[in-house]
Amino acid sequence: MIRSVSYAILLGWPFEGSTVLRISLPLLALAMAPTKKERTASRNPSLVRGIGKFSRSKMYHKRGIWAIKAKHGGSFPRHEPKPASAPPPAVKPPKFYPADDVKTPIPNRRKPKPTKLRASITPGTVLILLAGRFMGKRVVFLKQLPSGLLLVTGPFMINGVPLRRVNQAYVIATSTKVDLSGVNVDKFDDKYFTKEKKKTTKKGEGEFFETDKEETKALPQEKKDDQKAVDSQLIKAIEAVEDLKAFTQPRRNKMQKTTHYQLPAVVRRYECYLPDSTSGA
Amino acid sequence: MVKGRQGERVRLYVRGTILGYKRSKSNQYENTSLVQIEGVNTKEVAWYCGKRMVYIYKAKTKTKGTRYRCIWGKVARPHGNSGVIRAKFKSNLPPKSMGRRVRVFMYPSNI
Repeated sequence: MIRSVSYAILLGWPFEGSTVLRISLPLLALAMAPTKKERTASRNPSLVRGIGKFSRSKMYHKRGIWAIKAKHGGSFPRHEPKPASAPPPAVKPPKFYPADDVKTPIPNRRKPKPTKLRASITPGTVLILLAGRFMGKRVVFLKQLPSGLLLVTGPFMINGVPLRRVNQAYVIATSTKVDLSGVNVDKFDDKYFTKEKKKTTKKGEGEFFETDKEETKALPQEKKDDQKAVDSQLIKAIEAVEDLKAFTQPRRNKMQKTTHYQLPAVVRRYECYLPDSTSGA
Repeated sequence: MVKGRQGERVRLYVRGTILGYKRSKSNQYENTSLVQIEGVNTKEVAWYCGKRMVYIYKAKTKTKGTRYRCIWGKVARPHGNSGVIRAKFKSNLPPKSMGRRVRVFMYPSNI
């Protein structure tokens, strides 16, 4: 069928075949219409990746190259040739060619995105830490850092958890939320939390045997101040939420023996936690 | 674990029992163990898939400051309809672990 149509095109029309007529009519309509609608899809639907439905000759006809040529007196219209620009400055051949071809690695343009935040975790959510030094503590989520880790604080005054980074996978989000409008966390990013590099100085033999007294890990005062700044705003917001302060404080309860697949419902029960009750999570 | 934790003694893991290896009547496949999670006896156990678990045991000599040693693993998939799970550990569990405790943690969490 296709072959017969292409023959017909070669011979010049008129040709038979209802499909061909169907093709030519829309083209005529286009030629007659004053404004053209922008074509969004390719005229050649793909059957399999790399293989279109129509042959080259068919596509020639579909694209209407024959009509454009007819309009412009037999040849395809071309732009005026661009004026020849000045030839690029002559490059001297290099004096040295390396013996073996060295392959240059392709530059890595990948920019990793931070991990997708679970829908249940929004700024101000109270989270439960599942692992690590502060496991079991309930903590307020501040924001997601560019590395994907969550920035979190106890607040320190309430449960001893400082401004800290935590991985999303090691956290359960409760449905309790705290209003974070008064808290400014813009200054915190991953660099804030990196370890400071120790400056290694070459030691003489005598100094070798002296204990290195630079190892004291006192928190710099500015970090303490940052903590206080964030916490003071946050504690006000926490006190606004009923019972939340007691919830985030460490308790003397044991966890109830609920099985954990029930946990989402159990965790939501935290909202009505009363300080005096002994039923844990 | 920080020593001298005050107050809170939360158990952030679920207890599990190691039932044995994945096996048929006369062949066993030690790379996969079967674990019964406490309190779970239905297909709902699928929630635990992917959660990490650890088998803890004691040894005579002290390594890295402690006599406790552990083998980490993951919940791989449910086993049957009654809440048993298949677990894969970093190294296969020793046969003496059968009948003993395993801790199934809540992480990596998806709540």
